[in-house]
Amino acid sequence: MAGNSQNKKKKPYAALLVMGLLSAALYTFLLTKQTTINQYFAMGGAYAFLPIATAFLFSYVHGSFTGNFWTVLGIEASKKKKEVK
Amino acid sequence: MHDIANMASNFINLDAVNITYLFLVGFVGGLVSGFIGSGGAFVLTPGMMSLGVPGLVAVASNMCHKFPKALIGSIKRAKYGQVDVKLGVVLGISAEAGVLYGAHIQESVKKAFGDAGSNLYVSVSFVVILAVVGGFVLRDAWKTYKSGSTNEEEKVTKLARWVQSINIPGTMVYFKSLNARISVLFTIPLGFATGMLAATIAVGGFIGVPAMIYVLGAPSLMASATELVIAFVMGLGGSFKYAMHGLVDIRLAMIILGGSLFGIQLGAMGTTYVKPFIIKVVMGVIMVIVLFSRGLMVPVYLAQLGLIQTLDPMTVKLLKSTSFLIMIAALLIGALIVLKAMWQGRRAERLSAQEAFGPAKI
Repeated sequence: MAGNSQNKKKKPYAALLVMGLLSAALYTFLLTKQTTINQYFAMGGAYAFLPIATAFLFSYVHGSFTGNFWTVLGIEASKKKKEVK
Repeated sequence: MHDIANMASNFINLDAVNITYLFLVGFVGGLVSGFIGSGGAFVLTPGMMSLGVPGLVAVASNMCHKFPKALIGSIKRAKYGQVDVKLGVVLGISAEAGVLYGAHIQESVKKAFGDAGSNLYVSVSFVVILAVVGGFVLRDAWKTYKSGSTNEEEKVTKLARWVQSINIPGTMVYFKSLNARISVLFTIPLGFATGMLAATIAVGGFIGVPAMIYVLGAPSLMASATELVIAFVMGLGGSFKYAMHGLVDIRLAMIILGGSLFGIQLGAMGTTYVKPFIIKVVMGVIMVIVLFSRGLMVPVYLAQLGLIQTLDPMTVKLLKSTSFLIMIAALLIGALIVLKAMWQGRRAERLSAQEAFGPAKI
């Protein structure tokens, strides 16, 4: 019973789809506008914030997507060992 | 001042093959990093250079993928109670200073002895440090395996017990991973050394993680998870420094990140299924294999410096290719051990669940 109820735990399909689409949009934008992006990002100085902010944005969007991706596939952390002593 | 037009022209053209290659190496690197706290950079940086990316752009772009990757990995592992944020931040800040000093030494070596001298310095550092630390880590893992005590709680080393016993008023800080108060006068040099190594061989974790385990007394799982916090702090500072000079190729960084975020989530989950000594096995195995890879390049740089007889171009090419292949093998072997250990752990958990709940479907 316990095993069945765990299996029936709702999988994050909607979150996977939303974050997946957002992630795909970000990557498409990055690669299609790469010439312009490279010009600005290579300017240095105060423009250094551009790559840093981009990295944070991608990590949030793509990180959520990849996390949900493994969950939907049924690959999750062990239920036994949650804490290290 | 940097010539901005030149910087932008340093960015290579990307095709589908390059993108797939970077994505896959990113994935494997991420998998290993999620598990042992570091790794991947030693393949990614030369890997990018093999595509024609200039050395500094490769280092900068690798660093700019490292800090967001480490952020996601540390958040994931914090959920499993494996991260000591305070220790990570304290070590990370001193590591930042180590990075700056390490980069300064690199520049001085390059100025005095040229590219070959700089490469020789990096390779010799790799070989010496990995031989000593990697050999020690692997030996410890082997001893644990042979003694049959893989299920027991890890023992704190004598050195760590001594470090924890020293009381220097005004410098003592409590760290949950150590369950003890230790003087920051011990953590500062360790962080500094981690940063220096990161600036020299790109993988600070090869000294950071063993230092936390053997010198400070942290459990392997917590040390490898806390290393991700150090990598985040160090990577963020380093990326900003390189970005100020326009050296980050954001396309390369984000493509590698694309693969590595899949890998790091998997590697982080893997740590919840394995016995702690497996962390040491993966780390030790990778370190020792990488050692051979870098060792092969030493004669090439010695010949370039005129310290030994000139090598014929075919031999140089062969040594370079073999070295790079061994490095890729190191990463792949590490990843395979992680996946195998995770698969076995999941299987054992499923079997015990079956025993507990009868023949119901799991």
